[in-house]
Order: sequence, then C-alpha cells, then structure tokens
Amino acid sequence: MWDWSYAASILPRLLSALQVTFVATAWSFVLACTLGLVLAVLSRSRFVVIRLTVNGVSEFIRRTPLLVQIFFLFYSIPLLTGISLSALATGIIGLGLHYSTYMSQVYRSGIEGIDKGQWEAAKALNFTPVRTWSAIILPQAVPPILPIMGNYLIVIFKETPLLAAITVVELLTTAKNINARDWRPFEPYTIVGVLFLLISLAVAFLAGWLENRIKHRYSR
Amino acid sequence: MNTVTKGEPADTGSASKPRQREPAAPVTPVVSYRNVKKSYGDLEVLHGIDLDIAAGEKIALIGPSGSGKTTLGRMLMTLEEPTSGIIEVEGEPLWQIERNGKLVRANEHHLHRMRSKIGMVFQHFNLFPHMRVLRNVTEAPRKVLGIGKEEAHDRAVEMLCKVGLEDKLDVYPSKLSGGQKQRVAIARALVMRPKIMVFDEVTSALDPELVGEVLSVIKEIAEEGEMAMMLITHEMDFARDVADRVIFGADGRIVETGPPQELFGQPKSDRLKSFLSRFV
Amino acid sequence: MISKWLEWMPLMWEGLLITLEVTFLSAIVALIIAVAAGLCRLSRLQWLRGLAYVYMLLFRGVSLLVLLFWVYFVLPFLGIELSKLAAAVLAIGLNYGAFGAEIVRSSILAVPKGQWEAAQALNFTSAQRMIRVVFPQALIRMLPPLNNLMIELMKATSLIYFITLTDLTYQAMILRSLYLPQTAQIFGLLLVLYFVIASVISLLARMLERKLTAGRM
Repeated sequence: MWDWSYAASILPRLLSALQVTFVATAWSFVLACTLGLVLAVLSRSRFVVIRLTVNGVSEFIRRTPLLVQIFFLFYSIPLLTGISLSALATGIIGLGLHYSTYMSQVYRSGIEGIDKGQWEAAKALNFTPVRTWSAIILPQAVPPILPIMGNYLIVIFKETPLLAAITVVELLTTAKNINARDWRPFEPYTIVGVLFLLISLAVAFLAGWLENRIKHRYSR
Repeated sequence: MNTVTKGEPADTGSASKPRQREPAAPVTPVVSYRNVKKSYGDLEVLHGIDLDIAAGEKIALIGPSGSGKTTLGRMLMTLEEPTSGIIEVEGEPLWQIERNGKLVRANEHHLHRMRSKIGMVFQHFNLFPHMRVLRNVTEAPRKVLGIGKEEAHDRAVEMLCKVGLEDKLDVYPSKLSGGQKQRVAIARALVMRPKIMVFDEVTSALDPELVGEVLSVIKEIAEEGEMAMMLITHEMDFARDVADRVIFGADGRIVETGPPQELFGQPKSDRLKSFLSRFV
Repeated sequence: MISKWLEWMPLMWEGLLITLEVTFLSAIVALIIAVAAGLCRLSRLQWLRGLAYVYMLLFRGVSLLVLLFWVYFVLPFLGIELSKLAAAVLAIGLNYGAFGAEIVRSSILAVPKGQWEAAQALNFTSAQRMIRVVFPQALIRMLPPLNNLMIELMKATSLIYFITLTDLTYQAMILRSLYLPQTAQIFGLLLVLYFVIASVISLLARMLERKLTAGRM
C-alpha cells in the first residue's frame, strides 16, 4: 500500500511548500498579536462608543467562519475598493484579523490579572497613559499569557491549510496538486497530516517548557 | 511507642454522666486501632496508634493541629489508607481481608461492606450543592441501602426534624447558613445509621455565633446513646460535656487519655498542661 | 436588491439545512467522544488512560482540514468508503471530541475533593459517585467552555465546502459565480447567517446553563 520510494520522491516538494506555510503562520501571528493588543487596549477605552464598537466587531468576527472571512476579503475587497492584494497577503490578513479577536481576549485576561494598585501607583507617579501601558502594565501582563499565545501560534499554523481555498500554494495545496498529477492520495495527504502533527506537537512542547520557565521565574 | 490505653472499659468515668451503661462485658470494641502508622513519603505522621472504642462510646480527640487527629478519623472512614497496622471494625479488619490465612489488602467490595458501619461529618460540610436539602439526605439511603422512596423520605424528614431543619427541605444548600449546612450534613450521615460516626472538626469552619447550634445537635444525638462517636475537636468545653473519654494526642502519638474530668482536671503530662493552658 | 435576495433564498435555505445537519451530527459525535475520552483519561486503568491520552494528543494536534482530506480522500484508497456526510461528521467529531475531552476532564477535576469524600463516606459505589455527585457538578462547569467549543465546531463546518458538501458556504460560492457584481452582498449575507446561528447556539447554551443552576448558586 504505502510506497516509501514514492513518498520519498514527493517529500522535497512538500517540504519546500512548508516554507509558504511558515511564512503565512509567522506573519498572521505577528498581525494577530499586534492587532489583538490594539483591540484589548481599545476595549478598555473610556469612551462607550469605542468599547461597544470594538467588542461588537470582535464578537462578530469570532462568531463567523474564518473561511468565509477569507473569501470575503479575497473576492469582495477588490470589487469594493479596487485594491487587489496577492492571495497570500489576503490570507495573512484574514488569519491575523480573525485571531486578533481571540488574542485580544488573551491580553485582557493578562491585564485583568494585574493588581489594581499598579494602576493607582502609575497614576500617583503621574505617568502618561502610554508610559503606564508600556512600562507598568504590559511588562507584567504579557509574561503570564505567553504560553496561551504560544497555543494560538499552533492554532494559526493548523488553520493555514484554509488558504488552499484562495489558491495559496501552501502545504495542502501542494499535496492536492501532487494528487491531481499522480492520482495517489495516500502518501501526500498522510505526509501533510504527519507534518502538521509533528510541528504542532513540537511547538506545544516548547510552549509547555516556556510555561514552566515562566512559572519558575515568577514564583520566586 | 509510648501509647497507652488499650481496651480500657468504655464506661470509665461515666458514673457522673446522666446516662448509665451496663458494666463492661467482654464485648469486641466497635473500633480498634492496632499499631497503626501513617506516613506521607518519608514523613511519619502517626507513630503506631493503639486505641479501642467500645460500642456506643463517645471519645473526643484533642490536641494541637498537626497531631494527626484528623488522619485517624479519615483512615477509619477509608479516605486514607494506613501505612501499616490494623484497624478493626466490629472485630474485622477494615483495610485487609483474609486470603489463604494471610491478610491482604482489601478490595473495593470489602471496603464497601465495611463502610456501611461508619459515618462521617466533615469540617467543610461537603453537602451536594446540586441537590436540595431533602435529596441530600435521601440520596444515599435510596441508592446505597436500596430503601424505597417513601421510607427514605420519612427517615430523612425524621432526621432533619432532629437537627431542627424540617422547614428547609426544599432549599438548595447555597441558601443555608454554615450552621444549617452542618446540621444537614449531620442528618445526612445519621440517616445511614452507622455504628460509629466521625465528627471531623465540624465547627472549625463556622462563624463563632453558629457553633452553638451545631454542638447542641451533636450533644442531643450523643445522649440518645447507641451510636459510638469520634469527636475530633478544638472545643474543650464540648469535649468535656459530651465525651466519655478524652484522648490527647500530639506529634502523632497518644500522650494522655482518660475521663474528661480527670484529663482536664489533673493533666499529668507537661504537653497536655501547656496545651490546656491556652484554653483558659 | 430585495428581489435579488429573494432569488438567493432557496439556495441559501438548502445550504442552511446542510450546515445545521452537519453541525448537529458532528456536535453529537464530538460530545459523546468528549465525555467518553474525558472519563477514560481519569480511569484507574492505565491502558485506558494511555489510550485517551494518545487520542487527545493526536486529534488536537492535527489540522482539521487535513484530517477531513485524509478521511475523505485517503480512506477510500485504503478500502473504507465513506459518504461525504459521514466523512465530514467523523472528521469534525473526532477533532472537536478531543478538545471537548479536555474540557470534560478538567471540569471533573475541578469538583472539590470534599465532594468525592462525602460521597465515599455515604458509601456510594464509584460509579454512583461519578454519576450522582461529581458529574452533575462538573456539567455546570463544562457548559460555558462547551458553548464556545460548539460555536467553533459550527464555524468549522464551513470546511466541508472543500469536499463539495452543499452547505451554506458552498451555496454562496455558487451564487457568487451567478451574481458576480453582488459578491460582497452574498458574502455579507453569509457572514450574518453564520453569526445568527452562532448566537442561537450561544443563547440555547446559556438557557440550559441557567436552567441547571436555577436556585443553586
């Protein structure tokens, strides 16, 4: 059944496609982290309108499928605005936007875990809001949530095959193409499955290790 | 092993009590600890306890925290297994069964049978929050003893009357005060009609003003007589009032034991003297 | 514009039914697996614990779309022919069952130790302890995270578009090819429909939660 030499022959092509998967994962993650932070800070705004808008939009994004959002971005944005982005860029924006709403909740849990006295101390020292956030709040809020952020890195990685729907030639698309050429689904899809599994387990392991290190440092 | 008191007659010192018992006949004690040790890892917390409790006897275990009193009760309730030694309940080993002339570790079937003779009331009540008060009390009789719905109901109501909560049958535990919760817990344990009941610091988690109602319920039950009681407590007055015999333990050993007026009146050991001085 | 929307309705309605069907069936499969694997994970039998551990590790680590492809395209190659619906339900159920199992496991572990002890002191058998005392309390803890999981599962059903099951997303793609200038409207409508389904799921879960906790907490 399983043909090792065939598997070996398609492996290089799959591994090189992994590059695209990694690029998509990395940029989506960076975008999700950045935008997530913005959303988290905005959702604590003094202005009700901003809070409600940010929370409403986040909720809408969280309750609708990523795939449909990617389709929306890929097919309607060019029609609506005339701006046409590459499929990969669109995919990264879609993934990053979707997971920024999850990431903002992670940030919020980190921020809410900070003692109220820290805010008061910052106020007492007459810090500007920017300085309060950058010097007092975030340095304390982020380390405890790093493991959860690591988990979202895995989640985003596992979602990248969706980009196959908008013609990004990542790992799954490559496997599809190989299958279309050779009519052998077994090896390509299995290799792709195993690759995803191995990499996400490895990252999960790293995240667990990181978590232990952080616990160690903060429990001194 | 400096433990004392083996097979001391149950009614020692009960002469001054309102209730009178027959002079000690040579009956098997309801519970008997024989050289029971307990360790957690390398730390031995009980260093070989010997203790007999006669049928219907009320004993109070007192002593500083960390002396192993609670462990003694929890081992009887089969919540913790002794590291070595034997606990007998009505003459039968609790944690072991005999197989081919040798005592081996008991299986769940044996423990299940033995547990029917033992009841326990916990420091933190441990009522079932998803059941109303009545069902908290009827659930075990129905499902464990297999008693019919109506009889279980009647028994439960009787017990809840006894603890003064007949008006709270349809309430969830979260709506009760700590004292009320603990009284429900007492009714719940009592309805199973155990031979011996462990009261594990039952007032320690209560607000001071609620302690009295729980203690008076226990005192009433004690006066009915037939059930043996192991009262693990920090309430010295209560121990003096209710117990037939008081056992003072410290550092995992039984240091002194005797009828309450003797133990509280003329403590012999320095440990007990200094312990009691804190309660004056 | 209204007339356009009316023209789209029949197709979207068909798609909605498929989406709901797959969501419902996958949810059932996922919940059954979640409870079974979550309980096995806490079993006294080491091999059962190990089995549940491996299952959870594998199916949480895998990418759902890849799993779906594998079940639908590779299994027939190995002689196991599944219908599109069965493949979809199996893949989604296995994937989300693994996440659900972790929720079940941690909710059971979160029930205070005193509850187990009280149940033991009343001489309940170990099965009775779980069924009558611990699980009902764990269930209340499970509901909020399971609610989120079910919304994620519903969203994930959009992936069945890839194996050409005619769900909402698939029908929208058909409509798009017929009404290209209205692409944005079609996808907008699609997003709103998913949002409504998710909100209904969330509402139902919250009603259930309220019913289960009524008067207790």
